[in-house]
Amino acid sequence: MQILCFGISHQTANVEVRERFAVPDSALADSLTRLSQVPSVLESVLLSTCNRTEFYIVTHDSQLAIEPLFHSFYGPVEASAFQHLFRLQAVSSIRHLFRVASGLESMVFGETEIFGQVKRAYEAAARLGTTGRILNRLFQKAFHVGKHIRSATAITRGSVSVGSVAVDLARQIFGELKAHKIMILGAGETSERTAWSFQSQGARQLFVSNRSFERATELAEAIGGRAIRFDHWEDEFRDLDILVSSTAAPHAIVTRAKLEPVLRMRRDRPLFIIDLAIPRDVDPAVHQMDGVYVYDLDSLQAIAARTLEARKEEAEACDHMIEKHVQDFEAWLDRIAERAITSAAIECPRT
Amino acid sequence: MNGSDRLWVELALISYLTGFAYSVYLLATKKFLTPGVSFWAICAGFLFTTMFLFDRGHAIGRCPITNRFEVLVFMTWSMVLIYLLIGSTYRLSLMGAFTAPVACALLFFAVALSPNESAVKRIKVNPWLEAHTSFSMVACGAFALACIAGVMFLIQERQLKTRQPSSIFYRLPPITALSVVNSRLLWLGFILFTVGLATGFLIGGHINWLQAVWSILVWCVYGGILIARVRHAMAAKWVATLSIVAFSLLLSTFWGIRFISERPSL
Repeated sequence: MQILCFGISHQTANVEVRERFAVPDSALADSLTRLSQVPSVLESVLLSTCNRTEFYIVTHDSQLAIEPLFHSFYGPVEASAFQHLFRLQAVSSIRHLFRVASGLESMVFGETEIFGQVKRAYEAAARLGTTGRILNRLFQKAFHVGKHIRSATAITRGSVSVGSVAVDLARQIFGELKAHKIMILGAGETSERTAWSFQSQGARQLFVSNRSFERATELAEAIGGRAIRFDHWEDEFRDLDILVSSTAAPHAIVTRAKLEPVLRMRRDRPLFIIDLAIPRDVDPAVHQMDGVYVYDLDSLQAIAARTLEARKEEAEACDHMIEKHVQDFEAWLDRIAERAITSAAIECPRT
Repeated sequence: MNGSDRLWVELALISYLTGFAYSVYLLATKKFLTPGVSFWAICAGFLFTTMFLFDRGHAIGRCPITNRFEVLVFMTWSMVLIYLLIGSTYRLSLMGAFTAPVACALLFFAVALSPNESAVKRIKVNPWLEAHTSFSMVACGAFALACIAGVMFLIQERQLKTRQPSSIFYRLPPITALSVVNSRLLWLGFILFTVGLATGFLIGGHINWLQAVWSILVWCVYGGILIARVRHAMAAKWVATLSIVAFSLLLSTFWGIRFISERPSL
């Protein structure tokens, strides 16, 4: 018996190809049933996410041809598509699953969403009865490895997107964000994403101001905030805790001269300004003021890049840990194979 | 100091060292688990200093602040007591990592610099003197912790201003929480110190004017910081800085203070 893993991922194919082979949740049960009907397939799990479609099977046939299987699955598949396929056998497939579950094969190194996706893929297969002794054990082991890697290393630590870096900084300044007043100035794509990051982390006092009041209202309604006319945004400055600025203004709209009288009235409450605009909305000299922290796009991206780098520095430690788990699983596979041979040898003379 | 006394203090020193070492290990290895070991080590250290103070107090029949050794142990005890009360209230678990080394340093100075000081037994105890020294020492503990909160604040502030937050940045409490804790500890210390100062004038007998003037000077410095804080005339960064400066002043002149053991018998 052999564990086989094949499919495509963001490392082997672009998004058009991945879309072609993706299996939506609604088709998962049908796909698994069809896969289990292939004569040489004994056990199967199908993992399909936006970044990968992977088949994990246990088969008697180590030379199992994938192409006919894909044709039967997806209909006629153009020959060029097969160059994007990867195929891993035995120990390589075990290692691959452990790496996938740990987030080491993810597009954003160390991300944790994949762990839940692997879990859901396994649970769906287990419900349909397409898993057996080997895949049950393999996936349980993969979940254990994923948890171990996450807790024992720093691969999931920190944020790797501009929005989440901004939220993390805000939390290190203010603590809980619920009671703090946040203004989104300019309702462009980047500030909208940042607004959603704040909203998802518990921010409840969100204000949106934009040159187009309709657009401000639209975004404010979506994130559960309040729209403010662009002419009036400065009136709110005194009570603000966080300003996310991303206007198309050709010059700085927040300057030291403008802030100084406001800060006097704020009674030394800190002010966090996230300047996502190009050209910048905030005069860099503002950052020198006591209690004011200004982060522009470059500084946020630099923090995100450093975090990602720090995560990647953990890769060697992760590989080392995974190798140990792979060896453990291999040893278990050898033991059950030996037992099967012994049983067969005992059975033979009787028959 | 008898053998049992020394044992309690040494055990406390080992406990605080363990707590500090474990916090450093967690930070160095970036294993940011709940610092439970550090917390319990600090609790053990607190228990051992309590045992020392209890034994010594029982032996001399009064509050054990009669010599430098006892004063240092009492100050450590006060600081850790306030950490245990304030730290858990504000969930400033990592404050333990900063409190433990200060506790270690104070106890080390106690053991290393005052090894053979014996307890001073008084036949007659003046309650005003007892109140004066106790309140003043607990106030020192609060000021020590305000200083620690100030250090933590400045670490956070620097990382925010340089825009290069390191891994410790995300483990320290939010800068606003540190500012609030710093202010409250300054208030607590100031109130206790005021009571200590007031009761000092009720002791009677000879007044050590050098000590009195020095105490009033310290009281004025802390009072000035708090007035500036209340009137919002000073940024949180400067309050944090001054709470460190003021405590350093307190410590640097510590050896110059004449303790109650050196006062004429009452």
